[in-house]
Amino acid sequence: MNHASTVRTVHAATTEPAWVKWILTGIALSFIFLFLLLPLAAVFTEALRKGLGSFWDALQEPDAWSAIRLTLLTAGIAVPLNLVFGVAAAWAVAKFEFRGKAFLTTLIDLPFSVSPVVAGLIYVLVFGAQGWFGPWLQAHDIKIIFAVPGIILATIFVTFPFIARELIPLIQAQGTEEEQAAIVLGASGWQTFWYVTLPNIKWGLIYGVILCNARAMGEFGAVSVVSGHIRGQTNTLPLHVEILYNEYQSVAAFAVASLLALLALLTLVIKSLVEWRFEREQKAALSLPPEQPLAYSAQPHDTPKS
Amino acid sequence: MLVVSAGAIRPARRVLPGFRLTLGYTLFYLGLIVLIPLSALLLKTFTLSWDQFIAAVASPRVVASYRLTFLAALVASLVNALFGLLVAWVLVRYNFPGKKVVDALVDLPFALPTAVAGISLTALLADNGWVGSLLAPHGIALAFNPKGVVIALIFIGLPFVVRTVQPVLEDAERELEEAASCLGATRWQTFRYVIFPSIAPALLTGFAMAFARAVGEYGSVIFIAGNMPMVSEITPLIIIGKLEQYDYAGATAVAVVMLTFSFILLMLINALQAWQRKRSGAR
Repeated sequence: MNHASTVRTVHAATTEPAWVKWILTGIALSFIFLFLLLPLAAVFTEALRKGLGSFWDALQEPDAWSAIRLTLLTAGIAVPLNLVFGVAAAWAVAKFEFRGKAFLTTLIDLPFSVSPVVAGLIYVLVFGAQGWFGPWLQAHDIKIIFAVPGIILATIFVTFPFIARELIPLIQAQGTEEEQAAIVLGASGWQTFWYVTLPNIKWGLIYGVILCNARAMGEFGAVSVVSGHIRGQTNTLPLHVEILYNEYQSVAAFAVASLLALLALLTLVIKSLVEWRFEREQKAALSLPPEQPLAYSAQPHDTPKS
Repeated sequence: MLVVSAGAIRPARRVLPGFRLTLGYTLFYLGLIVLIPLSALLLKTFTLSWDQFIAAVASPRVVASYRLTFLAALVASLVNALFGLLVAWVLVRYNFPGKKVVDALVDLPFALPTAVAGISLTALLADNGWVGSLLAPHGIALAFNPKGVVIALIFIGLPFVVRTVQPVLEDAERELEEAASCLGATRWQTFRYVIFPSIAPALLTGFAMAFARAVGEYGSVIFIAGNMPMVSEITPLIIIGKLEQYDYAGATAVAVVMLTFSFILLMLINALQAWQRKRSGAR
């Protein structure tokens, strides 16, 4: 009895009266509803405004299909490349100490703070007709800007830090003991990575890949600068949405946009699942008894010599 | 460039292989994708004379775009700081049905392509849209003017604040609040003098991140802004406009101004995060 009342008093001291709770929750939920839910709902209602028929027609257009193919191709190249980079960068930064590490981490984050339009522009300056390699590329009949390679490069730039910045803190938190043990026991570097490091970071890896993919498929500004907007050739899905919208084909624009919105919802679902699994594994690991070999628990003052 | 000296590696960590390979690849890829193209931007600027540079970056139309971009980004990230803190607070401290869905939904602006957000917000706020049609009779127009820019930037920036404040609130020690209340503090005083100082660095970091993102944002804004020169034209659109007129040098000059500003913000965010780590480490 006494115990229960103490708990209640402490509880009341660190929370607000019910009416404050209701008002705060109400304001927060209204904000979420107005700024997040309503725009999301608007995409689907606008897409279906003239019925399912015109919705399907818009998606079956050849230009829409080529936009889907290009978007898949772009993400299919950009995401794996950034994945390899992310793992390599995380290994170097999180497992080793070296001078300039903080600076390197800042440089890896750099593309996040560069405007997408500037990201597109820098590739135009390198590969465009008036750029550094422009004349050489023209002489060899290679098109990068206003062509698919430029779109892929710009996408790689804007999604550059996603996987690396997800993995670096994760690998840092896990330390190097397990890997050192594997190496000492005779595993090769690759074996150590595959069997020790990778299982430890798999959720962070999936998380990073999912977010990287969403941005790669949805990037607009950077891709818009380098694409040249050639219908059926250099239009990704977001660019196709823009073209349809500017041509006042509202239903078609929102139909294609609804594909991207579905992708976003799928991303959020997978992301939540990953977070949930990760938390569960963390909790399971915490609830395990600490590994304490009998020999040491018998002699508590005997510290192992490393 | 980075100077990597082998002596700086601590002997205890030299057991692990792959340092040269992974660092080498990291630097190679970073150089190829980020550093070399970015240096092209700076080198291109040097082809302009000082007067040409000033003419490009300080013409009235460009200056008007800076004012709009920075002011709209500032207002939007202030709104986000306030409501982001509220959303984070409600998600961490209170329970209500559908909380997990709301929590997942907060990341929508990260996952939804900006162009989709742009056309959707425009459809909502235009005179014939769900929200716009309610406001139009009162003479309020939120689309095709600077207010629309602010609204698009609020959408884009919200998760930055929520996701930086949320973990700090989760880790906050309730004992301190109990102590405050035992010492006679009201709930508001506890918030103001105990909770708020501990989350202030995270809130500032989130604010700065939302601001940095908002300044460079393009996709969601151009649909809703109306893009009238001197009134509702953002700086990234100025760059696009100059590119379409094949004024590469002019576009580059404006881009350098934006990039410089991004660098300063990035440094500031790094410093804020270091402060935040120190704060949470010192406790």
